[in-house]
Amino acid sequence: MEWLERNVPKVVLAPSFVAILVFVYGFIAWTAWISFTRSRLMPRYELDGITQYERLFAAPRWDVAMNNLFIFGGLFIVISMVIGLALAIFLDQKIRAEGVLRTIYLYPMALSLIVTGTAWKWILNPGLGIQAAVRGWGWESFTFDWLIRPDMAIYTIVLAAVWQASRFVMALFLAGLRSVDTEIIRAAQVDGIPTHRIYSAIIIPTMAPIFLSAFIVLAHLAIKAFDLVIALTGGGPGYATDLPATYMYAMAFSRGDLGQAASSAMIMMMVIFAIVVPYLYSELRPRRDQ
Amino acid sequence: MNLKSVLAASTAVMMAAPAMANPTAEVMHWWTSGGEARSVAVLQEQFAAEGGTWTDMPVAGGGGDAAMTALRARVLSGNAPTAVQLKGPAIQEWFEETGLADIGAVAEENGWDAVLPEQIAAHMKCEDQWCAAPVNVHRINWIWGNKQILDEHGIEMPTTWDEFNAAAEKLQAAGVTPLAHGGQNWQDATIFETVVLGLGGPEFYQQALVDLDTEALTSDTMRQVFDQMRTIRGYVDDNFSGRDWNLATAMVMNDEAAFQIMGDWAKGEFLAAGKEPGVDFVCAPTPGEGFLYNVDSFAFFELDGEDKQQGQALLASLIMGPEFQHTFNLNKGSIPARTDVSLDDFDDCAKQSNADMTADAASGSLLPSYAHGMALRGAPAGAITDVVTAHFNSDMSSDDAVQQLADAVANSM
Repeated sequence: MEWLERNVPKVVLAPSFVAILVFVYGFIAWTAWISFTRSRLMPRYELDGITQYERLFAAPRWDVAMNNLFIFGGLFIVISMVIGLALAIFLDQKIRAEGVLRTIYLYPMALSLIVTGTAWKWILNPGLGIQAAVRGWGWESFTFDWLIRPDMAIYTIVLAAVWQASRFVMALFLAGLRSVDTEIIRAAQVDGIPTHRIYSAIIIPTMAPIFLSAFIVLAHLAIKAFDLVIALTGGGPGYATDLPATYMYAMAFSRGDLGQAASSAMIMMMVIFAIVVPYLYSELRPRRDQ
Repeated sequence: MNLKSVLAASTAVMMAAPAMANPTAEVMHWWTSGGEARSVAVLQEQFAAEGGTWTDMPVAGGGGDAAMTALRARVLSGNAPTAVQLKGPAIQEWFEETGLADIGAVAEENGWDAVLPEQIAAHMKCEDQWCAAPVNVHRINWIWGNKQILDEHGIEMPTTWDEFNAAAEKLQAAGVTPLAHGGQNWQDATIFETVVLGLGGPEFYQQALVDLDTEALTSDTMRQVFDQMRTIRGYVDDNFSGRDWNLATAMVMNDEAAFQIMGDWAKGEFLAAGKEPGVDFVCAPTPGEGFLYNVDSFAFFELDGEDKQQGQALLASLIMGPEFQHTFNLNKGSIPARTDVSLDDFDDCAKQSNADMTADAASGSLLPSYAHGMALRGAPAGAITDVVTAHFNSDMSSDDAVQQLADAVANSM
């Protein structure tokens, strides 16, 4: 009985622990193995050194995908945070009908990225959307054709992704703003400190952990980004808006090149590790002041 | 009744049992759109009429990518479907990976060798055994024209790429979009291969896109091909990015564009809209000689079980049966793979396609389409498409494109 009492947590956790061990870490190991083989249509298990990685880094399309990841990831994270913070601060001004406004702002999150992508595809299509509308109003020379320009198309993906994700960041920040100790804010107000200084010197610094959480969530969304690209540009024009995830999908499922897909998946995972490991390290290390 | 006769009778029943096994087939395919689904239903009915049990396994999406993913999962888990829609070198690739069932008995019994063009029969064989049955032949190198627009501007269907360019310039000057095109990479690749065939000729096509000969890939001819691609890019309207092929066909139908370069499935769109060949639209082979084909076929996995093997044999003989080839291709817009099927019910474009196929098969200019996965395996074909589509959608020079083409092909091996 006593044994049972002591071990119930372990027994209950065991199945999910085993499942995670196999289906997450086991398959990561499997993918890593495949990335060192010459697998094509079907997995093969004879090791073949780092050929797949050499091929990967020799492929211009992979360079484009990685570049796009940094452009997209950087802009997406920064702009989403800035807009999210601004919206949160505006909503925090004890305005009327805040509940209604908050709901309106949060609704884009309820859409799937496929829907967002398709809607933006129509809005940005020069022959159907904004450009056609503005020209229809009489401004004949108006041009907004990012969607079909290989050098600008990646920014349309940033646009659509920010539109969708900044509201999520807003919700995070709003919760953060509300959790700041009101006593401190009142004290600052009594001392006659202007509101913008209260925000920049007191509230935002106390919200540092929330910035970190938002960053981690947005960063992994950026690296995993797939459906938005498929719906909005299909990776085009050409492969100008390819991201690592779409590259991996193309290799694994359209081209029958599993080894190549596995090696690109490993690189993607390393990028995520590069971001997450420092975070985990800072979260998990014992704090000296405690 | 004594014991002996009971035994004898029961033995007889047991002996007879395997022969009575019903042919069953689980058929994996990606023919899910209107005309295609109707075409499969024909096969399904014939199969049922012969006493077979058909389990349909349609996997929609991605031009077969989704089906291939499902197939891989099924094969890995040791549960391969009876028959699967496979085409081109993928058949041989699967044969090497897992082995495919030998349907030579059916092929010999029905004399497939005699009725199939040699080049197409070769796709159906794995190491000299028959392992797949062809359904149809699509011709890729068609150029479709809007008759009204062409007549209005006094333009004939072009027979050389220079004539095409001249016609396009004329149309552009008159404010007509010369070429309806959708900016998806397979569509870019479709135009590219017709230009390779047109400018380089069948022999060059074979060297460059089938044998992947480096000399051909980096030759001056290839440079000219990319120059021509750049010229063609100028004849396309601004909104072409991501447009589906059938929307491009609709542009030709609705007098918004003069030409489209697309396989003969485009004809299905014209016919479905009630347009008549020769009256509302014209079909002609793209400039240059030769015939690029895309052959759909079914391959069969090695399976245990009498019922399944009988199902495979029955399916193979039905697929190649003249009756099915006739009805199926009427629905699909392609032509029968068999050369002995009467084409009286087919339209003029199909008749021309069939005549050209026979002629080009004899002269050796019947060639597999690279853009539609008939000439090359997935990785090299994809690598070429990457370069073609990157060149078409940017201001890359032809020299760079040729260099990248050679590098990409080498890197895909």
